[in-house]
Amino acid sequence: MNDLITILYAAIASGTIILYATIGEIITERSGILNLGVEGIMLMGAFFGFYVAYTTESLILAILGAALIGGLMGLIHAFMTITLQANQVVSGLALTMFGSGASAFFGINMVGKTLKASFHNIPIPLLNKIPVLGEIIFNHNILVYFAFILPVIVWFIFNRTKWGLALRSSGEEPLSSEIMGIKVIKVRYIATIVGGVFIGISGAYLSVAYSRLWVEGMTSGKGWITIALVIFANWNPLIAYGGAYLFGGLTQLGLNLQKFNIAFPIILLKSIPYVFTILFLLFISLKGKRSNLPKALGESYFRESRG
Amino acid sequence: MKKITWFVVVVLIAAFMAGCGGSAAKGKNLKAGFVYVGPVGDAGWTKSHDDGRLAMEELDFVDESTYVENVPEGAEATRVITELAESGCDMIFTTSFGYMDPTLEVAEKYPNVKFLHATGYKTAENATNYMGRMYESKYLAGIVAGNMSKSGKLGYVAPFPIPEVVRLINAFTLGAQSVNPDISVQVLWTNSWFDPVHEKEAANTMIADGCDIITQGTDSAGPQEAAEAAGIYSIGYDSDMSMFAPKAHLTAPVWHWGIYYKDVATKIHNGTWTNDPIWWGIETGITGLSPYNEVVPQKVRDDVAKAKAAIIENDNIFTGPLYDNQGNLRVEEGVALTDGEKLSIQWFVKGVNGKIPKASQE
Repeated sequence: MNDLITILYAAIASGTIILYATIGEIITERSGILNLGVEGIMLMGAFFGFYVAYTTESLILAILGAALIGGLMGLIHAFMTITLQANQVVSGLALTMFGSGASAFFGINMVGKTLKASFHNIPIPLLNKIPVLGEIIFNHNILVYFAFILPVIVWFIFNRTKWGLALRSSGEEPLSSEIMGIKVIKVRYIATIVGGVFIGISGAYLSVAYSRLWVEGMTSGKGWITIALVIFANWNPLIAYGGAYLFGGLTQLGLNLQKFNIAFPIILLKSIPYVFTILFLLFISLKGKRSNLPKALGESYFRESRG
Repeated sequence: MKKITWFVVVVLIAAFMAGCGGSAAKGKNLKAGFVYVGPVGDAGWTKSHDDGRLAMEELDFVDESTYVENVPEGAEATRVITELAESGCDMIFTTSFGYMDPTLEVAEKYPNVKFLHATGYKTAENATNYMGRMYESKYLAGIVAGNMSKSGKLGYVAPFPIPEVVRLINAFTLGAQSVNPDISVQVLWTNSWFDPVHEKEAANTMIADGCDIITQGTDSAGPQEAAEAAGIYSIGYDSDMSMFAPKAHLTAPVWHWGIYYKDVATKIHNGTWTNDPIWWGIETGITGLSPYNEVVPQKVRDDVAKAKAAIIENDNIFTGPLYDNQGNLRVEEGVALTDGEKLSIQWFVKGVNGKIPKASQE
């Protein structure tokens, strides 16, 4: 039982890393912009958040700094793909390479530094007394709690507000949206920047709150898992919970199985996110169900082509 | 005017070509190339090689050394090694097990370049392999851990189930058991050389399970950070990792590759190099322990010094009776493992709680 609690607790703490990034990517993709720069933006956020936390010893500034750098990376992607109408795949990949390189270059002096300030766990009064669940869910730090409510907020905005409608229709039918009076370009700019902000925050959560160290390349593929997870979550922020915590839990499970001398090949465990994603795509096409894949995802939008 | 421009261009090209291939032609000064599996900033394995590279660069006859980091093992490595050979390197060091076949493949095409591959076992006319007997230093680190542990449970974050890693886990365990025979070592595989976050998670899993000293065969400082946060002790690996965990870090078995790199460069320079494989022991200084944390008592340091002297006198770590962790007698009383057996070891000694995944035993 104790082992189970440990695994589930760690699953939430670890899943939070990809949850932030996944929400960010869902926001961006729903507007029709594919951002493959997640890995690079996460690294920039992780580096810059760590740098700010180290120099200012302020956690709030660290998160803001990571959000800022993430937003800036998002802005670059938006400018490249929306204004200059560059290929979204190419621009995203370039962003990943740029982020990995730049964070490694600027971060070289941050390797081996330890942070004084730390995110403490805040047990939620009463709720943390619930047996088992209280231990697993209600004794985390503030960033994990915020990740609990973030997908709900985003879901609400998507489905219950005018902004959400504008965002989704920009991703589905940019041309008709424009005719309906939605400023597609503006919407996509905002979505790409806001998406970058959350991806940046996921990096800072990783370096400042979760692992509390900076080493270049520390995301080791989490950005790519995020992109798979967005598909797995069917572009729905609420399903993203399940996916993020499930994938977070799988890593923990792999480690814990070994403790009981079950030599399950970890390599296979690590590939499960991708396998799930493929199975999900298969399921959709076999069932003939409609996925939430934004119809205009990845396509440049030419405003001139209206006429 | 145009003519002058052309002249300048031609001179520049000539100078550039001379700069690329010159050192090999002169046969005097050397240019070295290094291929790294991780980033130079890993604070572990790759950094230890890069420190060695910089030490070698101090030699007068080593003009230049370059490195390529984060090179995946496999086809990509072949390309990188070829490029280094093309750029006029006289000696190329490839510093990960998975570079073995790519190294040999490229060596065949560049007979005038010396290829030196760390941790492998294949050789050619112009290629050999080199390694240090890290298990000796791991054994010494085990003595420190065995002395400092209260729970008698040690945690070992391990990369891949290859003989090198298994051998080091065994040596560490035997060292700890030389102090306290009841000690057990929990092994968790991460299946990666460098994944700070996953390594930290593995360490945390073992800490939650009662391990009070964490050590590692992986290359990042993640496990050290986990130990520091949990307020327990740790033992680093590859390089001195105390900067990550000033309170937790007791010591680390570390590499001093510079000793070998200087030696091999000197031999290539004066023409006495041979392709004999190198497996240097602790007496050469190629491995050792990093400076102790102040909490390590003098008695423990003396224990280590004594054991080190005994190892130098008579490489005695893997001497029977040795049982595997299934209870089978593997090495008879008075018998020692041969180097060949050490290099291919695929079983854990008694006291190691862990399994070597089947897939790796082919």
